[in-house]
Amino acid sequence: MSDLAFEHGEEHPPHPFLQHHFEDLGQQHEASTLGMWAFLCTEILFFGGVLLAYWVYRIMYPAAWALGAEQQNTLAGGTNTLVLIVSSLTMALAVRSAQLNNRRGTVLMLILTLIFGTMFLGIKSYEYHAHWMEGLFPGAHWHWQPKDPAISALTPKVQLFMVFYWGLTGLHALHMVIGVGLLLYILARAWRGDFHAEYYAPVEVMGLYWHFVDIVWIFLFPFLYLIPHVGAHHVG
Amino acid sequence: MTTTTLHDVRFIEPAKTRNYLNEDYGFFSWVLTRDHKRIAILYLISVTIMFMVGGFFAMMMRLELLTPEGDLLTSDTYNKFFTLHGIVMIFFFLIPSIPAVLGNFILPLQLGAKDLAFPRINLLSWYLYIIGASFGTYVIISGGVDTGWTFYTPFSTQYSNTHVFATTLGAFIVGFSSILTGLNFIVTTHRMRAPGLTWFRLPLNVWALYATSIVMLLATPVLGITLIMLMIERVLHVGIFDPALGGDPLLYQHMFWFYSHPAVYIMILPAMGVASDVIAAFTRKRIFGYKFVAFSSLAIAFLGFLVWAHHMFVAGISVYSAMIFAFLSFFVAVPSAIKVFNWTATMYRASVSWQTPMLYAMGFIGLFTIGGVTGLFLASLGLDVHVTDTYFVVAHFHYVMVGGAVMAYMAGLHYWWPKITGRMYPEWWARLAALLIFVGFNLTFFPQFILGYLGMPRRYHAYAPEFQVLNVLSTAGASVLAVGYALPLVYLLLSLKLGRPAGPNPWGAVGLEWTTSSPPPKENFHETPVVTWEAYDYRGMMKAMGETQNV
Repeated sequence: MSDLAFEHGEEHPPHPFLQHHFEDLGQQHEASTLGMWAFLCTEILFFGGVLLAYWVYRIMYPAAWALGAEQQNTLAGGTNTLVLIVSSLTMALAVRSAQLNNRRGTVLMLILTLIFGTMFLGIKSYEYHAHWMEGLFPGAHWHWQPKDPAISALTPKVQLFMVFYWGLTGLHALHMVIGVGLLLYILARAWRGDFHAEYYAPVEVMGLYWHFVDIVWIFLFPFLYLIPHVGAHHVG
Repeated sequence: MTTTTLHDVRFIEPAKTRNYLNEDYGFFSWVLTRDHKRIAILYLISVTIMFMVGGFFAMMMRLELLTPEGDLLTSDTYNKFFTLHGIVMIFFFLIPSIPAVLGNFILPLQLGAKDLAFPRINLLSWYLYIIGASFGTYVIISGGVDTGWTFYTPFSTQYSNTHVFATTLGAFIVGFSSILTGLNFIVTTHRMRAPGLTWFRLPLNVWALYATSIVMLLATPVLGITLIMLMIERVLHVGIFDPALGGDPLLYQHMFWFYSHPAVYIMILPAMGVASDVIAAFTRKRIFGYKFVAFSSLAIAFLGFLVWAHHMFVAGISVYSAMIFAFLSFFVAVPSAIKVFNWTATMYRASVSWQTPMLYAMGFIGLFTIGGVTGLFLASLGLDVHVTDTYFVVAHFHYVMVGGAVMAYMAGLHYWWPKITGRMYPEWWARLAALLIFVGFNLTFFPQFILGYLGMPRRYHAYAPEFQVLNVLSTAGASVLAVGYALPLVYLLLSLKLGRPAGPNPWGAVGLEWTTSSPPPKENFHETPVVTWEAYDYRGMMKAMGETQNV
């Protein structure tokens, strides 16, 4: 990226991370952040599509949805919510440290974010494992039945709920895995001392992504774990 | 820093200058390039191949429909051919055509930028396109798919035993290619404009590409997630869209058209942008009502998101929602008509020159108008119920997509060909091809309006004998059209060797892309341009030229 940068100016050498097609670091920074914001707009519509389908069926089958949410481990989900919120704080502090030329602070905060992100994925895997063992995986492996045989007709709809559970949390977990990978890359660059007050766009862009993934979970948690029963169980 | 003046006509022999084509040589200098101009060429080659594939299926269908009996193709094969025709033409030709080929090449030049904001993402988008197209090719070779390009459930999830999964995966992947192109265009337009190039000094092509990019960015992900749900349903059979298990097939249609109606505007908006630039260049006038034309692009992009259910009037949606969607659909006519009237008004009392790009642009205006007005027929509930799933619908959307988008693509390709290659195409042959395409197109598709109105249903390989005359006309037209499309392939390729050198500005057009050499150098401009003129400032240019002559 910097092979052409020397062509730029005779007056002062260009910054090593300034790509050749930008005039200056300010323009490059603004392009990077706008690019991430635009990408997040795409992401909102991506999650939005499946959330729409989720809501259509939630309104059609409220009892099955409540029963499905009952199968979730609220303690694990709640803990994960807390873990992600704290990781967003450390991520924001990492950006702030980079802005303040604090290399040690940046590295430390990125490591903490990485730990919280991994912790989230660990807890999520534990939940996935439990669901799998209980037969709550849709398709051929499904063997879950409600304890009360009177409502066994709800089973296919609970399976539909679990499709959305696995789909939404799976999509979110995929974003987390990508996020952890990106964090490792940003951490390596921070360790090397790439970032400082004039050049920290990659950390900021990483932060935008991380906060977005966090916010998605803030929606997913109540949508999938905390559905109140509407009246008594009835076969929907 | 000197101002690049409009009348600066340096004549440069393309092969003897340093430009993006001879900067590097070798296979890897192309497939690993980050230069938007080379990526545009990669896209040009790819979409041309896909256009020929899609055209082959179209030709086979027209041949089958020459006679009322199903004698050339079996009904199963015919189902696969119209499906593949639709998928290849929409996902692999029309959607990337103008944005990823012409837009990729021209947008940074029109903005006075050295490249798009994210060159590597631009290359990635081409690779995603190729991966998606590879899935498409795999499907074609291994036996095809028969769901129609719309993949309607529950047929696609429960019953079809063709390659639905691979096809939808290919469409999903190619969707990300267009998302990334849109993202790149939006950021580039916001952040990389040359000094002095304010929003209202932008060519209308940039406004149109910007509006297109918004649609790409916001609609495509919904198709992506819908196709994922379709794939999950097809593999696991858990009832996402299966009514037997509690799912709702209508939900699929809603989500599919939430993308696929705006996708029509992904095809037509950039066509409008090209038409605006070409009409200004060949009338030597500023586009009449510049700001109206600019904002009408954004209005079309916005309204496009509110009309999807007009594809579902007979699918069982409520009458009240159908009425609202019909009403909203009429609104799209307003910004579209603003454009058509303003292009026409631009030509009024102008010195119009009839070079090939202008011929295509004229064809575009006329055919798009017919396509648009028949769209209003179809947005009207009563008439739509009468002609749903007939050839009337087929004729309507081909007038918009082929008569509109492909005509404008051809206009743009000829208009910017000298800039892309540094050489002129042969004008006589190009005019002949434009004429053949116009005549062939109308002969192919106008009879289909009548066929549809008379009740001939689409998507059947056999039909009632009384429809034969009009079908023969249509097939004859398709043959003319095929010749018309084959000609440019020959003469444009030959022009790479034989064409006379174009010089930086063969049309005497206003716009930053014409201030640099042809083909442009790798970094686009020898020095960063500073813009001091309005968009399409032909008056200023003529004045400047007059002063030069007086000296």
